[in-house]
Parts: sequence; C-alpha cells; structure tokens
Amino acid sequence: MSTEKSFKLDGKTIPFEDGDTIMDAALRAGEYIPHLCHNPEFTPHGSCRVCIVDVNGRQVSACTQPATENSEVINSSEQIMSQRRSLLQMLFVEGNHVCPACEKSGACQLQAVAYYTKMLSPHFTHFFPQRTVDASHPDTAIDFNRCILCELCVRASRDFDQKNIFAIDGRGIRSHLVINSPSGELGDTDFSAEDKAAHVCPVGAILPKHKGYERPIGDRLYDRKPISVVGDVAAHEFDQE
Amino acid sequence: MAEKLKVATASLCGCFGCHMSFLDIDERILDLVQLVEFDRTPITDIKTIGDCDIGIIEGGVANAENVEVLREFRKHCKILIALGACAVNGGIPAMRNSFTLKECLEEAYVDGIGVDNPMIPNDTEIPMLLNKVHPIHEVVKVDHFLPGCPPSGDTIWTFLTELIEGKPISFPYEQIHYD
Repeated sequence: MSTEKSFKLDGKTIPFEDGDTIMDAALRAGEYIPHLCHNPEFTPHGSCRVCIVDVNGRQVSACTQPATENSEVINSSEQIMSQRRSLLQMLFVEGNHVCPACEKSGACQLQAVAYYTKMLSPHFTHFFPQRTVDASHPDTAIDFNRCILCELCVRASRDFDQKNIFAIDGRGIRSHLVINSPSGELGDTDFSAEDKAAHVCPVGAILPKHKGYERPIGDRLYDRKPISVVGDVAAHEFDQE
Repeated sequence: MAEKLKVATASLCGCFGCHMSFLDIDERILDLVQLVEFDRTPITDIKTIGDCDIGIIEGGVANAENVEVLREFRKHCKILIALGACAVNGGIPAMRNSFTLKECLEEAYVDGIGVDNPMIPNDTEIPMLLNKVHPIHEVVKVDHFLPGCPPSGDTIWTFLTELIEGKPISFPYEQIHYD
C-alpha cells in the first residue's frame, strides 16, 4: 500500500515528503509557482509574496507554507494572478526599473515573472526614489535603483560565503540594502566576484562589470520562452557564456 | 459600409521610435487605412485634434505642452492608448528624475563639457519643463498600455486588429517586452 502523502495543485496530485513546503514539492514535480525571493538553495524568506497561493480558502506564500495532506492549492486562478500582478506593479513603481537602460534586461527575473502574469502597465503612481549606484568594486557594480529587497545576497553572503557583506537596514518603506564596510561601499569589503552573493541577484542590482549586453536581443534568457519553461535566473548563472 | 474609425497619434517626451515602429507594420498599413482614418498625427501632419475613436500617445509627460496635448487627446478620444516605455512608465527621459531640474539644466547648458556661451534658455516660446517626467497615466486616465522600447510592429498590429475587431486584447509571449 502506498503511504505517499500528496496535495492538489490546481487539481493535479503533487506528492510531498515531511518537511516540504508547497514550493519544494511543486518544484520537484516540475510545476511552476511564480517567485522572486525564493531560491531552493537558501532558507525560504517569504518576503516578496509573489508565490502567493490559495490553500483551502486562505492565501499563503508557497515558499514558506508547509505542504499538508489532501489540501487544495490554487496556483493559477485569475484572482491569484491578478494579486501577483499588483504585487509586481508595486515593486516596479517603488524602485527605478528602467528596462531599456538595464544590462540585466531580457534575463531579469522581475521582468520575466511580470511577463508571466501578463503585466502591461505599472498601474500605480511612480515613487521615483533617489537612490545611488556603487561602482567602487573592481569587478561588481551595485545599482540600488533596482534592488527589490529579496535578501538573496544577504542570505548568500551570510549563509554560504560566511562574509556577512549585505544587510537590510530601515523598516517599511525606508527598508534598503546596506553594505557592511566602514565607508558603506562594496570596494571596501572582501567581496569577490567568485562569491555566491555575486550570482543570486534576480534583478540587475548586483551586476558583473566588463560584460554588459553580451547576448543580443532575441537570444536572451527570457526572450523566446517564459520563465515557467526556462526557470530562474540563478539556475542559469553559469551558462551565459 | 460602416464609417471608418478615427485615429490620432502624438509623440510627447519620446524619441519617435514608437511611431517608427508603428510604420514597421509595413504594407499592412494598407489594410489598416481600409478600417481607419487618420486625424491629428505626424503621418498626416494635421496639427489639431478632432473627435476620435482611438488616440495613441508615445512618450511621457515632461513639459507644459505635453500636459496640454495629452489632455486634448483625452478630451477628444474615446479610447486612449499608452504606446511604449516612456508613455507607460516614463522610460529613459524619466531617468532625469534622479536629479533636480536645476542640476539637469546646469549640466546641459552651463557646466557641461564643450558648452559655448553658457545660458539656460528662457524664451517664452519654449514650453516650461516639469520638475519630473511622468508616465501618462499619472496625468489622465489611460485605457490600454503597450509596453516596449519600442513595441514591435507586430505587437502594434496585434493590438490594433484585436481592438478594431472588438476582441479581447492578448499577445503571443514574444510580443511583450519592456525594452
């Protein structure tokens, strides 16, 4: 007799193991739940809320919600998609996301998830915040205009690189990425382009220098196929060349 | 035969790239003019707008004249469309929002490299610049948005044919991009 536990994702049976989140089980089964701050290599964070799903009538983030036996999870209803779209629109207006002027464009997870949810406009009023660019490091640039506070660099630097270079300072709308050095600049840390933290940014906030626009338009990661087929940016970090 | 739909277009704070992309529908423009008649647009060079069914705006709102033209379009068009990145979210011109207007003008006309006879232009004929560049939906109600820098001719064609035929607006995956 089979003792495998399972739940339903949009009516489809998804097996899971004890300790799995909805996201873990869905990813293993090859089912796509849109997400930005989640990367299966790191402890779930649950902050971007883009992986919102409906579980038995309650809305939860799939990356932090433990899978439960026989639950009914709705991932792709128009209602859920429209809420994701609103979350993305808020992310877009809160920063300065100028896609035509960004080296990450075409291989940006924020863009790709927005395409997936069929976002055509920012809808809200833009904040146009005043933010800076840190070009002090010889190999890596940081454009704070594009940071979406996913904390993947924070987690990678702390948990993987053991360097604690990044942190989020402030609360609410004043939350922002800071760098752990006396000057606050990346160039004054022991950050290296080989660090895990240099390869997890889902947007164009942490960018390698000296190699912009290498891939022509039409040939970039998300130019032809949606993120549900292609997968995350971080999973393709080393197949760009 | 049903009366042709009237269409007007304008470029506000844009680069005319979206209008060029519109012309990339190529010979399909012959099919289009069977269905629509152009009112004010750079294609006809008509300078004032009459009552129209569809208004297409390229570019964001950067000066007082942009605001006036945009409001005229909203007043005269049943359906108003934001065409391209600048109209949708301010685009490249909105990158000046990271600086004060004073800083921008001084960089361009006073302190910039190679500036001869430094002086900020102040002729009354020149429209007053706004402190910030805004996407058009922050000034008037917008009915449809077509992102892209520019949206491709195919994207514009898909949109216009669906709109004119009264179908729901939807695009193949490759036709929507923000750059």
